[in-house]
Amino acid sequence: MSDKITRRLFVSSMGAASIASASALLGPPDAAAGEPVGSHQVDSPQVDSQRGGSAAPENLKPTYTFFNSAEAQFIEAACDRLIPADELGPGALGAWVPNYLDKQLGGAWGNGERLYRSGPWIAGTPSQGYQLPFTPAELFRAALGAINRSLRARGSPFSDLSPESQDDYLRTLAKGGPDLDLDGVPSEVFFDLLLKMTVEGFFSDPAYGGNRDMVAWRMIGFPGAYADYYDAIDRHGVKFDREPMSLAEDSRGHLHADPNIPAHL
Amino acid sequence: MTERLKEVDVVIIGVGMVGSIVGKELAAAGYKVVGLERGQARYTAPDFQGPAIHDELRFDIRKALMQDNTREPVTFRNHGSERALPIRRWESFLPGTGLGGSMVHWNGQTYRFQANDFELATRTRQRYGKDFLDPNLTIQDWGVTYDELEPHFDRFEYLLGTSGKAGNIKGKIQPGGDPHESPRSRDYPTPPMKEHFQGAMFRKAAASLGYHPFPQPSSNLSQPYTNPEGVKLNACVFCGFCERYACEHYAKAVPQTIILPVLLANPNFELRTGCQVQRINLDSTKKKATGVTYIDAAGREFEQPASLVITASFALNNVRMLLLSGVGKPYDPNTGKGVVGRNYAYQTMSSVSAFFDENVIINPFMASGASGTLINDFAGDNFDHSGLGFIGGSFIGAVNTNGRPIQYHPVPPDTPPWGKAWKQAVVKHYNHTVQFSCHGSSIAQRQNYLDLDPTYRDAWGQPLLRMTFDFPENDLKMAAYVTAKAVEIGKAMGAKQVAGSPRKGPYTTQQYQTTHNTGGTVMGNDPSTSVVNRYLQSWDVPNVFVIGASNYPQNASWNPTGTLGALTYWAVEALKNKYLKNPGRLVSA
Repeated sequence: MSDKITRRLFVSSMGAASIASASALLGPPDAAAGEPVGSHQVDSPQVDSQRGGSAAPENLKPTYTFFNSAEAQFIEAACDRLIPADELGPGALGAWVPNYLDKQLGGAWGNGERLYRSGPWIAGTPSQGYQLPFTPAELFRAALGAINRSLRARGSPFSDLSPESQDDYLRTLAKGGPDLDLDGVPSEVFFDLLLKMTVEGFFSDPAYGGNRDMVAWRMIGFPGAYADYYDAIDRHGVKFDREPMSLAEDSRGHLHADPNIPAHL
Repeated sequence: MTERLKEVDVVIIGVGMVGSIVGKELAAAGYKVVGLERGQARYTAPDFQGPAIHDELRFDIRKALMQDNTREPVTFRNHGSERALPIRRWESFLPGTGLGGSMVHWNGQTYRFQANDFELATRTRQRYGKDFLDPNLTIQDWGVTYDELEPHFDRFEYLLGTSGKAGNIKGKIQPGGDPHESPRSRDYPTPPMKEHFQGAMFRKAAASLGYHPFPQPSSNLSQPYTNPEGVKLNACVFCGFCERYACEHYAKAVPQTIILPVLLANPNFELRTGCQVQRINLDSTKKKATGVTYIDAAGREFEQPASLVITASFALNNVRMLLLSGVGKPYDPNTGKGVVGRNYAYQTMSSVSAFFDENVIINPFMASGASGTLINDFAGDNFDHSGLGFIGGSFIGAVNTNGRPIQYHPVPPDTPPWGKAWKQAVVKHYNHTVQFSCHGSSIAQRQNYLDLDPTYRDAWGQPLLRMTFDFPENDLKMAAYVTAKAVEIGKAMGAKQVAGSPRKGPYTTQQYQTTHNTGGTVMGNDPSTSVVNRYLQSWDVPNVFVIGASNYPQNASWNPTGTLGALTYWAVEALKNKYLKNPGRLVSA
């Protein structure tokens, strides 16, 4: 607790949105290479009630605006296998990646932003890349519908399978094949996009709804949107130990992962 | 209904690096110049400011600063026997759009090609014999020499404020610089940047093997600088958001920070943004341009008459503009005849990952776009190619630019692509890995070329550019050779695991490699193998000049922008001192 308060006050005193020098955050120049200066604690995946402006309830869940409940069930369970929680910290589920996927698919990206969408539609070579008419939203909808239908017919939705069976099923999707056509979507195309977007959601700024409380950044030691390492760059091998910074952070260092609460930067 | 506008002296297609320099010089010389930019106007403040600019998802992954591929993509196939299909999302290369062009999102890695590169065909035959080259390769001399370009390289580097260490001043080798470089007239305008950890580790290892490491020349500046145009730049702070981003700090040399303030203050220059040029208009003889036709952001069509047309857009778009306009004869790979679209080349990129123990803390997120240390011992023709079966080479360097985690989370090659083992490997290696690049040359060959696609169209109804490209055997052999050398350096660094990834075929549009697309409007002294003469003037329509990396007959071992800057000033001097005083052919065909 005291560590959290210290860090919060520290960020606050620096002004999180300002461009601060890194020098104050490092140990003395003769610090032994490889020794962290100060402590570095991976925060709990739960929303830190001390951090948010309004205390967030422990059981806060994403509000899905794109996925229906069956789709959300699959996505949450699949995310939990693609990047599982472990002793290093939360996985994709705890980082709210399903929320990221939901917001991306329901928004401009899902609807074909940055995708050339004129025909004719012809299957190409791997070098030519994606050549299907589906937008990402259409692709998820078709594939998830087919997956859920097929698993229901086999008697057990994905979320009810054992972790090992879930992994086997995901590997089958990834491998693909002629009998794994998901209402026109080759299963490996769906799996590749799901995995790619899961990694995006895990590591992108919390402003987009995943990487909740910057858990993924804390885990690897990426400082986020921080802007200045001029004094740190040539102090080789010294651990940079600083609270990461998000675009969603307001001037008091509070995080707003809820898109309805604007961040004031 | 097309509105015909008042005639001007010069119209420039594209207001990026080339367009800004040419526009500034010709407006200052008293000519009325209109610059047509298809994208929007944008400036360091407010458009590039942090923290919003430090958004990996928006800029890296969604490619916010790039050419709008929903309206104007490129079609692609590896071979002429295949059907080309649109590149529906950019991945392999990323042309920019908007004021300042692709330079806004560059990394600032600022090299000069070597004297050998400009006379590649002649010197290769001289050194290795006339039968050394695969007859399928279509390499050729540039028609201009390094010595002719040297003053223009110098001028360009001083415009940018490039930070580096000379290795050869007027023939005298300088300690700490690149001993392989061709002679320069003086040192860089600013000293090298601070060296990051990866660069320092690489430098020691490379030196221990007898190679010649030197700091990468960087146009992210090491200190504040005022350029000869009177424009001021700041020192780079190594924020790690450079390539694919715009610089919030006024520290990266881009048109906005080096020349646009001067250009836009000149009343002889008029900038029009949101203007999509449809074609260069020709008169009935087809030997004279009368101006251009463009469509503005509101969909209105205009004809802009001009005495001189300069196409200064991204290399691929220069080629497409000539093809859409009927300037120059399109290349036919079956007959080898024709020139526009011929000798399309790229860059042959390989990489090496060196994995260290967890007590070696790299901090990969501390970097500039042009940080790092490299060697030229295996670049260009700096080593003996006898018996190797290829020409060309690569610089090898730890030129790490960032640690942005969606894209950068290196794991050893045997790691599964997802699940617990993947996650643990990502956490374990993120801060303890050094990656370095083998930045390889790209040779032109007969069947690699650009033309117009017969099927797919842009949002204005015009045919898309079609790219037909695969890596020549020559370049794949080169990649294997240099990557093996780089792996040895990684081992000398003391890494516990070193994984080399030599570039392999086929070329794929689905993995980022570089945005160093070259060729298609090649320069030279022979109109049967070049589109423009040595002054970048069209052989067929002498009042059209084409300036871009599309002028390169083949691509060398380094990033192309420094050489393009030199070519731009070379062409500007020919325009000011020769062409505009007496319009006509500068070289008789």
